[in-house]
Amino acid sequence: MSELLTIQNLKTYFYTYAGVVKALDGIDFGIKKGETLGLVGETGCGKSVTSLAIMRLVPDPPGRIVDGVITYKGEDLLKKSEEEMRKIRGSRITMVFQDPMTFINPVITIGDQISEVIKLHRNLALKSLETEIENLKIKASSMDKESKEAQEIFSKIGKLERMKDLPPKISRSRTNELALKHTIEVLKLVQMPYPEKIVKQYPHELSGGMRQRAMIAMALSCNPDLLIADEATTSLDVTIQAQILLLINDLKKRLGSSIMLITHDLGVVAEMCDRVIVMYAGVIVEEAYTKDLFKHPLHPYTAGLLSSIPRLDIDANRLEIIPGSVPNLIDPPKGCRFHPRCKYAMVICKGEKPPMIEVSPGHRVACYIYGQ
Amino acid sequence: MPATSTANRIVSKLTEPLLKVKGLKKHFPIRGGVFGKTVGFVYAVDGVSFDVEPGRTMGLVGESGCGKTTVGRCILRLIEPTSGEIWFNGKNIVELKEEEMRKLRREMQVVFQDPYASLNPRWLVKDIVGEPLVVNHIVSTRTEIKDRVLPLLTRVGLSEDHLNRFPHEFSGGQRQRIGMARALALNPRFIVLDEPTSSLDVSVQAQTLNILKDLQSELHLTYLFISHNLSVIKHMSDTIGVMYLGKIVETGAKNDIFKNPVHPYTQALFSAIPIPDPERIPHRIVLEGDVPSPTNPPKGCRFGPRCPRASEGCDGEAEMVEVSSGHYVACHLAQ
Repeated sequence: MSELLTIQNLKTYFYTYAGVVKALDGIDFGIKKGETLGLVGETGCGKSVTSLAIMRLVPDPPGRIVDGVITYKGEDLLKKSEEEMRKIRGSRITMVFQDPMTFINPVITIGDQISEVIKLHRNLALKSLETEIENLKIKASSMDKESKEAQEIFSKIGKLERMKDLPPKISRSRTNELALKHTIEVLKLVQMPYPEKIVKQYPHELSGGMRQRAMIAMALSCNPDLLIADEATTSLDVTIQAQILLLINDLKKRLGSSIMLITHDLGVVAEMCDRVIVMYAGVIVEEAYTKDLFKHPLHPYTAGLLSSIPRLDIDANRLEIIPGSVPNLIDPPKGCRFHPRCKYAMVICKGEKPPMIEVSPGHRVACYIYGQ
Repeated sequence: MPATSTANRIVSKLTEPLLKVKGLKKHFPIRGGVFGKTVGFVYAVDGVSFDVEPGRTMGLVGESGCGKTTVGRCILRLIEPTSGEIWFNGKNIVELKEEEMRKLRREMQVVFQDPYASLNPRWLVKDIVGEPLVVNHIVSTRTEIKDRVLPLLTRVGLSEDHLNRFPHEFSGGQRQRIGMARALALNPRFIVLDEPTSSLDVSVQAQTLNILKDLQSELHLTYLFISHNLSVIKHMSDTIGVMYLGKIVETGAKNDIFKNPVHPYTQALFSAIPIPDPERIPHRIVLEGDVPSPTNPPKGCRFGPRCPRASEGCDGEAEMVEVSSGHYVACHLAQ
């Protein structure tokens, strides 16, 4: 599999009155075509900032991407103009957020909101032309090929085919009609019940699960290369979460998009992801295939995280804990950022930041226990 | 440890339940029109019964809108129940006057879900934790407050230099500990824990859950643990009640429920939890649709419209049936 997107040495800082918050302090990773990559970590570890940086949506001020390269299809996203970025956002790289109510406009119907994305990013004039050609072809196929009428239709098809490079403008009502048709199609794709009715409804009329489906439909309306799901199922009930996860998996298979799944729920990661990246306090501490990570977690933080969750399948009287809490990113600990909470901490951990080392193929970790 | 837990069990077998809830109902009126007439009801809790034995934990689990929080608040009479009985320590607290209730609340405390909303941002930690002592006229002078508050803070893992700080200086986990210290201030016997760890990160959640377990065994506390997280409920509880749309659909000892869930909703709920083990292939029962609105709950079995095993017999009200000792299920198929 080839890399769809690579991130090198990405640094994002937030300049606040209290000081500079180093939310991302040099992270490197790549997303392959068609894979599901999980990004896990606790509050404030920088997983959401990573997705915002990819979308170039870091609020500026106070945030700024100070360094790094984000390569998408051979081009650096960080060097693109706002206009070029707008063409990628929402069509090539799309995002589903945690709380659908905050990101859907409450006073615009679901149908109009999804149509808007389609009108902006899809060439509806071309689509209109194509459907016209298609209709003519169907008409011609039922006729006698030698007849005069059929000949006329064939010449018309030829004429329309030549217009494909520069399709004629279509009327506004025709645009709306086509966009609505497409909207209903994508809503059907996300298994929304009664899509014809839903398009006329406002967000508050839908339940949480249905709103999330609408968000996913919006994100998928232009067949994106990469779908970023930022805690997309966190606010949902488990039975609804199960529906949405099943849907995302199904759509990924059908559309072949890559998915970046940001979550703090290790159960969701185990179920959905091919590969996992564990983040802690603005840096990546471990990167592995899902099976390897759960079987042999290398970094003490990953191991601690895995043993601190109460499990349905294992009985335990007491939970293992990671002492202390996540450090303040204005003045993070020197060296390895996890060392104040780590039970294996050595002198060297307080000095330099540990480099990423590859312990086994595809399994990389930033920890001095595994050599320097 | 096993010796004491067996001893506890024997003791609790002999003693009466500390809390007995019988047929608890809470219907919130919906007002509408120009004159604010009642046009309907939200049947938030519609006939819930359970017992909690002293020193044990009862876990209430269910999805959002199933009425679990309303049950917790009704038990403390923070909202008045519509009907039903709540027996606490031999008294039916629904009939108590406000004055008597206030006295009884010393023995019943609560820890809320959101540690950001449940602490007054303008008060110092010592005032927050000391307030229950002041309003109940147990202490009055500043030094007395400090003397009483400090051991409470150390008990939940905070220290003396946290006394004179404001809530905003603490992380979510630390705030939740302040809430716990406040709940412990009056030496209660019973604490309602309403989603105490839902807003916390997993590593902090583990710390908090361990503290809660320690406190329970040291102080012989009785908990009503409300959560939507089944793994946490399983970790904390001795008995469990699974709620759906205002009713308990299945209740029993933890092991009975987790090893042998009988109600189709319980089965679906358990199967929906993602297990952090990639080698495990989930046998998932995916439910169709959403939870219906509690303003107009389905007739008969409330789970009927979403139930994968529903049949014609499910039109009638589902009564609680005992499937094994202490394990009750409200399902027509279990009869």
